[in-house]
Amino acid sequence: MIAPGRLEGVLRKGDFAVTAECGPPRGADPETIRRKGELLKGSVDAVNVTDNQTAVVRMSSMAGCLILEEMGFDVVLQMTVRDRNRIALQSDILGAAALGIRNVLCLTGDHQSFGDHPGARNVHDIDSIQLIDTVRTMRDEGRFISGDEIKGRPELFIGCAANPFADPFDIRALRLAKKVRAGAQFVQTQCVFNVEKFSRWMDMVRDLGLHEKVFILAGITPMKSPGMARYMKNSVPGMDVPDSLVERITSVPKERYREEGVEICLETIERVRAVRGVCGIHIMAIEWEDIVPEIVKRAGLRPG
Amino acid sequence: MIVADRKPFDEIMGMIEPYKKILLVGCNECATVCAVGGTKEVALLASQIRMKSQGEGRLVEVDEKTLERQCDPEYARTLAGTLEDYDAVLSIACGCGIQFIAETFPERKVLPGVNTRFMGVTEEHGVWAERCQGCGSCILDRTCGICPVTRCAKSIMNGPCGGSQDGQCELRNDIPCAWQLIIDRLKARGELDRYGEIEKPKDWSTSRDGGPRKRVREDMKL
Repeated sequence: MIAPGRLEGVLRKGDFAVTAECGPPRGADPETIRRKGELLKGSVDAVNVTDNQTAVVRMSSMAGCLILEEMGFDVVLQMTVRDRNRIALQSDILGAAALGIRNVLCLTGDHQSFGDHPGARNVHDIDSIQLIDTVRTMRDEGRFISGDEIKGRPELFIGCAANPFADPFDIRALRLAKKVRAGAQFVQTQCVFNVEKFSRWMDMVRDLGLHEKVFILAGITPMKSPGMARYMKNSVPGMDVPDSLVERITSVPKERYREEGVEICLETIERVRAVRGVCGIHIMAIEWEDIVPEIVKRAGLRPG
Repeated sequence: MIVADRKPFDEIMGMIEPYKKILLVGCNECATVCAVGGTKEVALLASQIRMKSQGEGRLVEVDEKTLERQCDPEYARTLAGTLEDYDAVLSIACGCGIQFIAETFPERKVLPGVNTRFMGVTEEHGVWAERCQGCGSCILDRTCGICPVTRCAKSIMNGPCGGSQDGQCELRNDIPCAWQLIIDRLKARGELDRYGEIEKPKDWSTSRDGGPRKRVREDMKL
């Protein structure tokens, strides 16, 4: 048995966890990842490396993870089922474990029509719930999807995503329950802007007893400008940005946009922390990684 | 039925450019029902070609023919003996029909006048929509008669994904979310508890992934 990674350790201890997202570059320069890593050092328990997010080609999540791991980070390998079939996914799960990656986040992935290669074929051989089940079966039962035996099981902490703001709302907690049953041990949610709706989702989550079965990290995204707020509200599928927040960031003078965005973010963190069952936050500072240490510090979340 | 779109007229004109005498062939089955390649569309396209080439000072002769089914040897073979008079055959049946004419008369040049789109239904007059991908292993009994393989943009077997909004797919707001439809139907039937069942990875070997497919009924062979 391998000792748990930092993220798993923090969560099991009952401490409030902080993870942050790192988007790999659209190029082969490892320094870009290292620079982002330097910014996050000492502020987070683990770093998620995205897997061609929004279906735009970037350096692979696996390579990004390895670079950050060499810097001492506990990393979360994001894996979507959009681009790889069950053969490639299982192969990468073995590879990730062999490279010492301790966490995997199982995702569906944005549709390729949103990305830079809309003419690409998608795969979707298995879905995200089946991927969770696959990782669990590989780890706990030492078997591939085919049933064949694995020599050297991948020791991985299994994560999933949840979007409390997508429809139909009333099945969103039931869907998380399916993911937990499939083997998810932690969940990182879609960016929370509408705390009231998030709390209602958490009520349903607690009613199902899921908060005792899965570590829940609330997704947090600082907004840089009214333009970003409007973009998130209108153009990102499954995102719920209340009008009041858009108005709030629009109402301040231009030079205060960022500070207002950070303040909204800090208030959101404080409010989601107060929701019973929330074990941590996952900061997705999209192309704004340098703000993460400030957010973590001002929120009083510097991990021990 | 199989649903197709007629190719852009300029593309068709480009394809037939080297030829002077063309047989335009339609089909009385799906292509007729989806209003792309029946007798009416054959006549329409033939006059369009004639007018356009006349306008350009070219002499292109287009004869018209519509077969009962282009995908059936019984009807495809009826073209035997007539094709010699033509430089090319322009077919506006589905991709199956076009290929079948080409394989029945391999020495002839057979050109596609349509882009074949999907297997679907007529939702209303003038509206066709996809319903089946022919995966070869039907699960409609478990999904309230709604196919997630076809109607979910990501073919999610345990949906919906996080992009379902107001009943629509994240792709476009004119695509209903298949999983919203399934859940609505489960609720209406009082069977929402079935939503908890986890669908295992699908065996795609019966689908196109298993290679080109063929069905043989030995008892029917002549």
